[in-house]
Amino acid sequence: MSDMSYVRSEMLPERAPPASQIGFVGWIRANLFNGVGNSILTILSLIFLWYILSALLPWIFAPTWNSGSLNECREIFGADGGHGAACWGVIRERWVQLLFGFYPEAERWRPIVGFGLLFVALIPVLFNMISRRMNWVLLLAVLGLAGLYLGGALGIIAGLLLLGAAGFVGFKAFTTSKEDRAAEIESGAKRLPNPFIFSAIYPFIAPWLLWGGSIWLPVGAALGFVVGYFAYRFLAPVVGSLAGLIIAVLAALIWWLLLMAPMVDQLDALFTIGEGPGAENLLALEPVESRNFGGFMLSITIGVVAIACSLPIGVVLALGRQSDLLIVKALCVGFIEFIRGVPLITLLFVASTLLNIFLPPGTNFDIILRVLIMVTLFAAAYMAEVVRGGLAALPKGQYEAADALGLDYWKAQRLIIMPQALKISIPGIVSTFIGVFKDTVLVSIIGLLDPLGLSNAIRADQDWNGVVWELYGFIAFMFFVFCFSMSRYSMYLERRLRTDHS
Amino acid sequence: MSSITLETHADRSKMEVSDEVAIEIRDMNKWYGAFHVLRDIDLKVYQGERIVIAGPSGSGKSTLIRCINRLEEHQEGQIIVDGTELTSDLKNVDKVRSEVGMVFQHFNLFPHLTILENCTLAPIWVRKTPRKEAEEIAMHFLEKVKIPEQALKYPGMLSGGQQQRVAIARSLCMMPRIMLFDEPTSALDPEMIKEVLETMVELAEEGMTMLCVTHEMGFAKEVANRVIFMDAGQIVEQNEPEEFFNNPQNERTKLFLSQIL
Repeated sequence: MSDMSYVRSEMLPERAPPASQIGFVGWIRANLFNGVGNSILTILSLIFLWYILSALLPWIFAPTWNSGSLNECREIFGADGGHGAACWGVIRERWVQLLFGFYPEAERWRPIVGFGLLFVALIPVLFNMISRRMNWVLLLAVLGLAGLYLGGALGIIAGLLLLGAAGFVGFKAFTTSKEDRAAEIESGAKRLPNPFIFSAIYPFIAPWLLWGGSIWLPVGAALGFVVGYFAYRFLAPVVGSLAGLIIAVLAALIWWLLLMAPMVDQLDALFTIGEGPGAENLLALEPVESRNFGGFMLSITIGVVAIACSLPIGVVLALGRQSDLLIVKALCVGFIEFIRGVPLITLLFVASTLLNIFLPPGTNFDIILRVLIMVTLFAAAYMAEVVRGGLAALPKGQYEAADALGLDYWKAQRLIIMPQALKISIPGIVSTFIGVFKDTVLVSIIGLLDPLGLSNAIRADQDWNGVVWELYGFIAFMFFVFCFSMSRYSMYLERRLRTDHS
Repeated sequence: MSSITLETHADRSKMEVSDEVAIEIRDMNKWYGAFHVLRDIDLKVYQGERIVIAGPSGSGKSTLIRCINRLEEHQEGQIIVDGTELTSDLKNVDKVRSEVGMVFQHFNLFPHLTILENCTLAPIWVRKTPRKEAEEIAMHFLEKVKIPEQALKYPGMLSGGQQQRVAIARSLCMMPRIMLFDEPTSALDPEMIKEVLETMVELAEEGMTMLCVTHEMGFAKEVANRVIFMDAGQIVEQNEPEEFFNNPQNERTKLFLSQIL
């Protein structure tokens, strides 16, 4: 039994793994051809893929881009043309309509600029790798391009100036390194304003761009928040934070309901030239009615608003559901269970037809606004449950540690609990986002012209009667691009927020 | 039961006990539902005392110290910490919590924040200390627990012993007058228990008022000026460590000590 005793005299050095296990060949052997059964399956799968693609690819890459009607496609491909190959002419001719619906052609720059600005507003929220100065480069560039696009002497001059400013800031950003910039700021150089400021005012710019009307309306709406903020700021130390919050909400409501309209009228009168029907408001955009909205513009509008609003509402509902306050808890549970127990279409029908019965006659409550509210509430109920899952996954010790350090409820939620709970819930949150975005096509059922609604309208045209696959394929592809980007973003975010061994 | 010998002998001459009362518990009772967890607890802790609370599991020792910063509510009697009585008044509770530090069995560091952020969070948001000053304080205490080089890492990248020392530093950053330790070494490997205990000994030598729930009897002998033995929610015996270990009086204490020593 001499091998019972053993003493290692020197420790083993690290070795590279065997060559057959790494690299391309190693990967193929490990994943595709490890054993007879798997090799057969691999070959069968390849044959299957080839079979599918050899039928699909010729259909997709059909030279029909310039055809003007389904009949022209048929001529290109013989009598069977509608089935053996795609008829892409419909997309070429109607893709602008699929994007904008019946939005007036002269005003289409507005949704385009709004969409460009949406990206500028989202970037500081979504990514932290891009510097403050690059954000301003983007903003100035988008505005400059908008100016050029609009044309006219004023547009071109303003556009060139803005692009020049973007180029200047961009040039400085590229030529000074991060450390140099930090040193400049240390020695008192002025920093550019935080790009989050633009993200905060974007929600007021976007509706003005899309629906038009007086600029003082969004300004007035934004001022309501300012009024509420100052009411809270000055009253909370005097009357306590809860009472302060209630007063702030009341002050904002009073502003919106009573004081805003006269202010808007006054300011509009100030900037209006001429009188009667020929009067022109200098600071107003041509109003566009909701029924002219359509296509992906409508889907994105509803999707973005529902996504952006449902997360904070969902968080509040999830916290309410966990609250010790009995009435708050009952309200939140009731709301969540009711909304989740009802199909979205039912809510949309309520929005489109039933609400008119309950509202006083003569009130014109915008149909898109009604849909937005319903879709947002629907998404918020699901979001609340996703966030609750994240809250439940947090160990109790995190609450106790926050309590033991003397943090109050709101600070603990904001600094300790929510950052972790939301991080845990990222996959669920993004799934809900993707679901909501796809659910926006349901508005076609209540008569709004989203891409699916438009596809019916397009088929009603004599030229394109019978085109099905191409339209649905294109719409599906567009939705896939958006949803897949969201899914990839969520994976990026999870990677970025990982703090364990990596 | 593990018993770690401490390399540095604690210098008892520096540990002075004043006659100022830090914590006073009077006729305190607590129930979990119908279950009577703490029964008629009477305890006076003086400023500078190091008290070790021992006892079998389920005896209520953790619950007792968790009542002192109101992680658990008591239903009867009074708990007065540093002159502030713990009632349902949240202002009092927050005041006590910001003056009483607590170290948990499972560290409970905030995994989404760096070590430095863990330490500066409460001073910045509760004490309203300016960030720069809070960071200086944090670095001071991280040096004291001997891990300043880990300041920018995340808790998940540290060993258990290092995490527990960070947790101690995090509590100290609030400049507490009293420290509570709830089985601080029970979740650690033997090699790491020592480094945490040594940090606690140093803290005791600086005159911190400490209440420790622990099974480390070596620590109790070395540092404590009083050992409290609990069973079935009651204080069964309390004495100076020497008397407690050499000459236990109660039958339950004798049984407990014979099993763990």
